[in-house]
Amino acid sequence: MSDKQEFDNRLQAVLRRVYGEQTVLASANRLSGGASQETWLLTVKGQSAPESLILRRAPPGMEATEESRALGLPNEAKLIRKAHAAGVAVPEVVYVLEPEDGAGEGFIMSRVEGETIARRILRDEEYAEARKRLPAQCGRALAGIHRIDASDMPRLRLSTGLEQIDHYEATYQETGACRPIFDLAISWLRDNAPKPLEPVLVHGDFRLGNIMVDENGLAAVLDWEIAHFGDPREDVGWMCTNSWRFGQSENRLGGFGDVEPLLEAYAEAGGPELSPRDIDWWDMLGSMKWGIMCMGMYETFRSGADASVERAAIGRRVSETEIDLINLLEGQRHA
Amino acid sequence: MHNQPTVSELVQAVKNFVDHSAMPELKGRAAFHARVASNVLATILRDLESREENDAAELERLRSLLGEPDGKREDLNETLRRKIRAGELTIQSDGLIEHLKKTAIAQVQVDQPKYSGLKAALKE
Repeated sequence: MSDKQEFDNRLQAVLRRVYGEQTVLASANRLSGGASQETWLLTVKGQSAPESLILRRAPPGMEATEESRALGLPNEAKLIRKAHAAGVAVPEVVYVLEPEDGAGEGFIMSRVEGETIARRILRDEEYAEARKRLPAQCGRALAGIHRIDASDMPRLRLSTGLEQIDHYEATYQETGACRPIFDLAISWLRDNAPKPLEPVLVHGDFRLGNIMVDENGLAAVLDWEIAHFGDPREDVGWMCTNSWRFGQSENRLGGFGDVEPLLEAYAEAGGPELSPRDIDWWDMLGSMKWGIMCMGMYETFRSGADASVERAAIGRRVSETEIDLINLLEGQRHA
Repeated sequence: MHNQPTVSELVQAVKNFVDHSAMPELKGRAAFHARVASNVLATILRDLESREENDAAELERLRSLLGEPDGKREDLNETLRRKIRAGELTIQSDGLIEHLKKTAIAQVQVDQPKYSGLKAALKE
């Protein structure tokens, strides 16, 4: 029996336990993901089972370690369930894999229909109404996320803005690259760090690409793997970072809208009162982080760990964040 | 060494093959990687075209900014970085932002000439 067939059989056994003995796994197709995290589309036949489900999985040996910044899939599942209970739009987690299932670490969740590809969300006529609604919807979603009580989850780190500067500076130093714009941005960010707000649960990767959008706007918040305790402004600033406006720089919020309606809805839904200027520092932090993440991804090529042209090419995207950082630093000089 | 065809011509020929022969035959991940490869080949062509001139201009600016008329580019960048990290140079320092901005513009023009931040930098 092939490994894939064995894997399918094990998944079918899991589905039978959840949906009854008549359930049949018609197909399991890998959608995307890197070496450590996979996403699978499962098509299912059976009276009580939905037609399709999503499996998020780390193959044996690729689970998130204690040192990694990722939560690990079982924790991600727990957090998505908490988000659901808090009224945040998320997929429904239907099953968390157990070691005895023999299918690796991960969980099965409902398939939410919609679009994640930023360029389509930003340009297609189909999403014109969604683009208008998204800012306020994102504000309400963030207020819900930031209210989640995750105090019973010890794997969640506390990561403030300053801690992130230290972390990414160390990553930058390890690469051996000499890119003075990053040194200048890091110095400026450190010297001008705002007083931290009361730590809350932060999603950590809240941007187009990681949210499911349909014609009515926000359908589900996805990709919770780097959630942590931190400053609520981080999530707003990340969505405002120019790299995540996907070419539509004139719309500060994710390329689709203004940050003001997000902040208004956020405060109305119980979040702290914030002004667009409160987000500036986090916006710059986002460019610094993404630039150094690109350096790190290029390192996986340079070290020989990943020989793909994609990993090599991403090293030539660091300069995108350099130009953004210089534009922002120049604005601060005249501020 | 002979230079017929030139390196640029060879790269262009490979890019023509990727764009017009290989890419239409590919699907899924392979098609995606072919597109990335084609973009990389375009970057190589721009890099070949402008590296020498960009490095010379960067060197001139570094020497004048740091007052070291004989320094090498790599060494001067290390010095620049050290002064920034020590707080001797900040965003308020004369000429620092101007130099870094010119360097970044030249780099993005090679790496990602359609990037939105480049348009913003050139507008100001």
